[in-house]
Amino acid sequence: MARDFKLPDIGEGISEVELLQWYVQEGDVVREDQNLAEIETDKAVADLPSPYAGRISRLHFKAGDRIPVGAVLVSFAEADEEMPQTRAPTVEGRTAVSERQRAEALRGPQAREEEAPQAVAESPERARAEKPKPQAERVLATPATRRRARELGIDLTAVEGTGPGGRITPEDLERLVRDGGRAAAAAEAPPAEAAMAAEQAPPPTPAQPIPERAPLPDFSKWGAVERVALSATRRQIARRMAQSLYTAPHAAALEEADVTELEAFRQQMRQRLKERNVRLTLLPFVMKAVVAALKACPHVNASLDEAHQELVLKRYYHLGIAVDTERGLIVPVVRDVDRKSIVELATELEDLVQRTRDGKVTLDELRGGTFTLTNAGAVGGHAFIPIINYPEAAILGIGRTQQKPVVREGRVVVRTILPLSLSFDHRIIDGADAVRFVMVIIRLLEDPSQLLLEA
Amino acid sequence: MVMGEIERDAQVVVIGGGPGGYAAAFRAADLGKEVVLIESADALGGECLHHGCIPSKALLTATDLLDQIAAAQSMGIRATQVSTDPAAMHRWKASILAQLAKGLDQLAERRGIEVIHGKATFTGSRRLRISDGSSGTLAFEHAIIATGSRPIGLPGVEIDGERVMTSRHALALHAVPKRLVVVGGGYIGVELGTVYARLGSHVTVVEMADQLLPGMDRDLVQVVQRSLQKHKVEIHLRTTVTEISSEGQSVRVQIAREQGEAATLEADGVLIAIGRRPNTDDLGLEHTKVRRDGRGFLQVDAARRTADPRIYAIGDVTGEPMLAHKATREGKVAAEAIAGQPAAFDNVTVPAVVFTEPEIAFCGMSEEQARAAGYEIKVGKFPFRALGRALTLNAIEGFVKVIADAERDVILGVRMVGAGVSDLIGEAVLALEMGAQLEDLAVSIHPHPTLSEALGEAAEVALGQAIHLYLPHQQRASAR
Repeated sequence: MARDFKLPDIGEGISEVELLQWYVQEGDVVREDQNLAEIETDKAVADLPSPYAGRISRLHFKAGDRIPVGAVLVSFAEADEEMPQTRAPTVEGRTAVSERQRAEALRGPQAREEEAPQAVAESPERARAEKPKPQAERVLATPATRRRARELGIDLTAVEGTGPGGRITPEDLERLVRDGGRAAAAAEAPPAEAAMAAEQAPPPTPAQPIPERAPLPDFSKWGAVERVALSATRRQIARRMAQSLYTAPHAAALEEADVTELEAFRQQMRQRLKERNVRLTLLPFVMKAVVAALKACPHVNASLDEAHQELVLKRYYHLGIAVDTERGLIVPVVRDVDRKSIVELATELEDLVQRTRDGKVTLDELRGGTFTLTNAGAVGGHAFIPIINYPEAAILGIGRTQQKPVVREGRVVVRTILPLSLSFDHRIIDGADAVRFVMVIIRLLEDPSQLLLEA
Repeated sequence: MVMGEIERDAQVVVIGGGPGGYAAAFRAADLGKEVVLIESADALGGECLHHGCIPSKALLTATDLLDQIAAAQSMGIRATQVSTDPAAMHRWKASILAQLAKGLDQLAERRGIEVIHGKATFTGSRRLRISDGSSGTLAFEHAIIATGSRPIGLPGVEIDGERVMTSRHALALHAVPKRLVVVGGGYIGVELGTVYARLGSHVTVVEMADQLLPGMDRDLVQVVQRSLQKHKVEIHLRTTVTEISSEGQSVRVQIAREQGEAATLEADGVLIAIGRRPNTDDLGLEHTKVRRDGRGFLQVDAARRTADPRIYAIGDVTGEPMLAHKATREGKVAAEAIAGQPAAFDNVTVPAVVFTEPEIAFCGMSEEQARAAGYEIKVGKFPFRALGRALTLNAIEGFVKVIADAERDVILGVRMVGAGVSDLIGEAVLALEMGAQLEDLAVSIHPHPTLSEALGEAAEVALGQAIHLYLPHQQRASAR
């Protein structure tokens, strides 16, 4: 059948590339993976490999053209009708897996260097180039191994098999994972939906084991050790942290807010609320400021759906509050923060945090958050880079307020400073956006009257 | 939305309850999804259960007994009063279908799958309309299209279900036509032709290509063709049908051979079995991003996702081979992909079986295909007449052939023709999926005396190590 090669989406917001030159002509017969053209994106110059073997019937652009992603670049002629149907599944399966590799090849030399350890030494057969090679030589791997490769995001055509006949064994895959130092390989593997499906379970249910990396040395060789079994909560946390960090490229914006005025206001109100048995901390104020910022920057209140290539913007504001408990980190969620007053938030927080520490939150109270706040200030921390509560888009870390000398109108004064650390998913949020987001929060925290108006 | 209309929603909606659809639905439900299964017929099971695989095999088995009994004389068994009761055969067949359909209903119910009997059409990428007496819409997160295929008709020829029929009618077995013309010598035509020949019809098969079972290895087909001719089946190859007309109670079939000579066949029944087309034309796909090709097949990726990321397609609608077991596997892949697993339809081979007498079964590449792909090959062929069990079964026609890559000894394909090979091919499929080498088949001990030994023996022949055949070149083969 005639086939078209469309310019794949190479991500990074790149919507078109420039064709520098063709390496082939119409009528040429090319191999799978043979370089067809040289293209330039605004990040790099790269070669474009062919997804098929076959004869080129048409080149749709000429050197110098700008080609939009998704446009048909090359058409291939009718394949030999004798091509067996039963082989179609193999070629299809491999093509699908290696499309990602292809897209990555376009990201430029730096990305390709990182890929290099994975494109392992060619199998011995390929070295013997004199004999005409069987077209699309089949990769040997059992169905279970093929699945494991997909889970690990490994392209089987790039693996050297050590099994009989060149078969790729499960050990070959594990070796590749270890030797490649492959945080990236693991990152590609679980699609967003798998992570999302897995993430909804709260701490009490048994979690999957933490993925293995390189084998550990025998620590007891150098002294006494004690082994402590990991709790289900700890295993869950470990898995979620790894998953989050390896899926979303984390970047951070570290800022400070001058909360002198706000603190003064809070101290005033504190006394009054004590009579109503409500403990008023800075947190409800920060939550309100955060919601205002989320409304101003809706894509921070969102999740990335990679499977459908969509950004899910949430029109509700449920903030997760990271709570440090004996069992570990647990994040209960306060719903509809935009619709609650500061006093209501303070009341709810106190109850929620206490119940969380007592292990009395319900499953439902741990779900549905759109953004998370984590307060290290409570134990005296200053600035830190939190890990995003996947699949949210960002997380705000709050440090301890401190008296600090700052310069105001040319004079050194002592003010109360609150450190704010925003970790954000750089796939969805750019640096400037992240800073703008934090600036909204800071503006409202530095001027309580604005907070009153906008929160 | 119209007043009074029911609006439903589902995480996964499966359209079509055949071997692909129900497999997808069951798997999706087991993976935790809320599933709605829409089936246009009254019962689950699809073409396979009601009008295809199952009823045809039932009839083939029943009628095969007629042949067996006739052949039993040489074994010392005398049976004189053998007769057939088509109505009883039909009832037995129907009871099997009912039992299987009921089983599917129960499996669906236990899983909490909502089964709706009606027709579905897409009104968008996340919505479809169901007509099931009441009308309603259904909003879904993901959909799986498993609507199967239907027989292709001959232009200008009306199918009345009695004198001019499709496989569906032929399986209903109301009366046995004295003379049956089968238009199309593919596996459906040949299998049904076999049934009727055994029941006493004079069967004529008309096929356009230069062999029956076009596309299958010639040496396999030759064994079957000889057997059909022994059963007095008339075969016209390189012949097309130019006209079909009714003449009172009989049917006149005009045929034309390649060289142009025309002829007329008189028949009491005509079976049109020239192929099948996918059921994708009235699903409302124009409201989605799903892409169809010129023949109506839906384009899908390895996970069976169509161009519309919310919609998957499996089974006959995705193309050849249009076989139930391919649909089942695709159904599981689609369900797993929707559940977020890294699933892909990356099977090395989809086996095929033809229930003629003798049977044909094959998987992987033929010799021709392997050579065309650039392989140097080794071939090992072992005839059934050298196999003890085949003799005791009185079924010595046929052989097993193993094709391997000469360089690495990796098995590329297996071809079988003979009694019971439909049950033997599974081992070969596993060998291909695992990337097995000839030695793996040859060394594995196949129990004696069974037909399964033929596969191990064929591998030994390819390795030059055959015991039950004497092959002169083996003397010079290097010791392993």
